[in-house]
Amino acid sequence: MPQVIVDGQEIEIGAHERLNCIEAARRAGKEIPHYCWHPGLSVVASCRMCLIETGQRDAATGRIAMVPKLVPGCQTPVKDGTVIVTESALVKESRARVEEALLIDHPIDCPICDKAGECLLQDYHFEHGQPQRRADLQPFHSRRRDVGPTVTLFVDRCIMCTRCVRFTREVSGTGELMVTSRGAKEEIDSFPGFPLDNKLAGHVVDLCPVGALGDRDFLYQQRVWFLKHEANVCGGCATGCSIITEHNQDTVYRLKPRENPHVNKWWMCDEGRYGWHHLHDPARLLSAERRTAPDRSGAAWQTIDWPEVVDRLRSDLAAAGGLAVAVSPMLTVEEAWMLCAVARSIDPAAFLAVGHVPRQGSDETFPGGFTIRAEKCPNRHGVEAVLALFDPAVPGWDDLLAHVRGGRARSAWVTAGYPAPWPAPWIDADTAAAFAGLSCLVVQDLFPSALSDQATWRLPAVGFAERAGTWVNAGHRAQCFEQAIRPPAGVWPEGRLLWNMLGRRGLYDPVAVRRQIAGAAASLAALDGDVPATGIDLRILQLASNGTPSPA
Amino acid sequence: MKPTDPAIVWLEEKPLGLAERLYLPLFVQGLTTTARHLVSPKVTVSFPEERPRVGNPLIYRGVHRLNKDAQGRVQCVACFLCATACPAHCIDIVAAESPWPDREKYPESFQIDELRCIFCGMCEEACPVDAIELTSLLDLTGRSREEMIFDKEKLLSVYDMTKDAEPMSSAGLSGGSAHAHAGPQVSGSQGGAP
Ligand code: SF4
Ligand code: SF4
Ligand code: SF4
Ligand code: FES
Repeated sequence: MPQVIVDGQEIEIGAHERLNCIEAARRAGKEIPHYCWHPGLSVVASCRMCLIETGQRDAATGRIAMVPKLVPGCQTPVKDGTVIVTESALVKESRARVEEALLIDHPIDCPICDKAGECLLQDYHFEHGQPQRRADLQPFHSRRRDVGPTVTLFVDRCIMCTRCVRFTREVSGTGELMVTSRGAKEEIDSFPGFPLDNKLAGHVVDLCPVGALGDRDFLYQQRVWFLKHEANVCGGCATGCSIITEHNQDTVYRLKPRENPHVNKWWMCDEGRYGWHHLHDPARLLSAERRTAPDRSGAAWQTIDWPEVVDRLRSDLAAAGGLAVAVSPMLTVEEAWMLCAVARSIDPAAFLAVGHVPRQGSDETFPGGFTIRAEKCPNRHGVEAVLALFDPAVPGWDDLLAHVRGGRARSAWVTAGYPAPWPAPWIDADTAAAFAGLSCLVVQDLFPSALSDQATWRLPAVGFAERAGTWVNAGHRAQCFEQAIRPPAGVWPEGRLLWNMLGRRGLYDPVAVRRQIAGAAASLAALDGDVPATGIDLRILQLASNGTPSPA
Repeated sequence: MKPTDPAIVWLEEKPLGLAERLYLPLFVQGLTTTARHLVSPKVTVSFPEERPRVGNPLIYRGVHRLNKDAQGRVQCVACFLCATACPAHCIDIVAAESPWPDREKYPESFQIDELRCIFCGMCEEACPVDAIELTSLLDLTGRSREEMIFDKEKLLSVYDMTKDAEPMSSAGLSGGSAHAHAGPQVSGSQGGAP
């Protein structure tokens, strides 16, 4: 194993690993400050913040020969015997000088800069800068201009790391951004007539180490130090990007991608990034309601308290019999399993099918390898795996429609929870008409729809940040996540309702349900135990468990 | 400032001497204070008939005001630093892009819950542009809780009420020179050498 010496500490790296000094030092717990380097982008070594001392240890004699000059750590690969010095006086002096140079014409407008609190220039200045300002320049306001429909550039705050430019060239492949002018007059701009308008554009704001690029969706909304962070999974499409939901007082303010080498690397798409606004849409269904007129003609609804819903829903469905259930691919694995269990306890012959799977366009892959899926739901694979435990045929939404149209159902429970801002409502009046003849229809959705107009019971659903559980993405990777914010007052998440309908006591505990499912199904056995933050591939354990009898 | 900064002087508490540990001398000392107050002139006033005398209105911590700049616009830049510093969480700001070309951000709405406020003055300390200040107005009354939530207009009107008696402590930032005499008075008291 190759050995690298970081500040006198010997660490081993993999025989075929290609690391630079920043990554190698990180393994030894040393952070080398850097602006222009990003693991997902090419190396330009232009900011000079990562300058360090390096050398080479002679394997035979053990003598160390140091390079006489400082070298950029981002651009220097390590090999066996590489010596890295990150704390010497020379290195510290160099960092202070780089900081000083960057701050000479930087508008020190931190109080009104949205990046303050998560700005590398601030952090590194505090850590590596010098306390006194020697240049006597007046602070000035930053000029601003829009480089695209979602992103504003604060021209004078830019430190010219060119991360944003490289992103549009290498990852989104659209190349709208460029550097204009030269030397001290260098500026970022978009090419005339080509505004920064692509499906990954929001990233440049995350990549910008300073406050030069602002996301207009978030600009001025909240100071970053008020935000709380919860590791979540995006529900926008079947890719299931790992994200961080940033929220305060039960309001989501922004989403950011969370690094996950198996799913989204460092990226997420703009549709997902801005796809949280439906959570705070006033049009949401906010209480459990039952129609007062049995013929469903009148629009009179009666709000029912949740504890009462638990009993009356069951008795209504049991009275009608012939139950058909649509298990929405927006539900978590845990909720899907509990829904199936509840349905079968009401009607042992209940017809269980995967709910409507929304699709839009076709899969889109970007030059950086990131894919946006056409399947706009996060958990079809998970729901199918659960349904297979109850009905090996795993019927789909069309089968359910045929079942209902064929008059074989007398009651139905349709879970939906689709976010609203799709080009069209998820269900049209014609399809909804198929359910008109049922004696009891339960619709659980985020927003009113043609189907909820037919319903006997209209139950609210919750959005992605409001649930906890497990989703299985298009690559069969199961990711577990916690609830980030509480749903609006008066809304029980699906999990809580189903937990109570199963007669279980106490608070809804997704982990307990997950363990139970993992114990009952070989296909989901990987979910037993702690699932890492980057998720777990269900197929690997499925392959390993092939041939062994299922414990179910 | 880092905890390792050489400018920080770390003080240790002195160990108790014999007199402190004996208790009796301190007891006598306390009683002497009580006795002195029995005979000294009275400081209690019968408020509200009689107004208390405010020593230095510039450092008194009463009702807040939001200062205006030379053009009469709200001076606040909506940085939320006062709301961050406030231990009572009584400041609520909604920021927006400013309607003026020379300013980036301004408070669209600015509310202080005067009932929740503990009048600590942290907001004034935190403000980078001296936009929020505590005045010497001390009789703060209202008939409802809602009335005691002061909005931007009300806080700006407190400025108009008090600006002559209590000029802004940092006239330099407002761009005006009318209040310049107030500057050195207040800041001079803080700049003592260690
Ligand atoms: S705008 Fe930000 S990301 Fe782009 S070059 Fe400037 S500092 Fe770097
Ligand atoms: S005086 Fe103290 S409690 Fe009152 S608003 Fe200011 S910071 Fe908050
Ligand atoms: S600290 Fe001053 S400038 Fe900042 S929001 Fe408060 S009053 Fe406005
Ligand atoms: S990070 Fe190495 S030079 Fe910028």
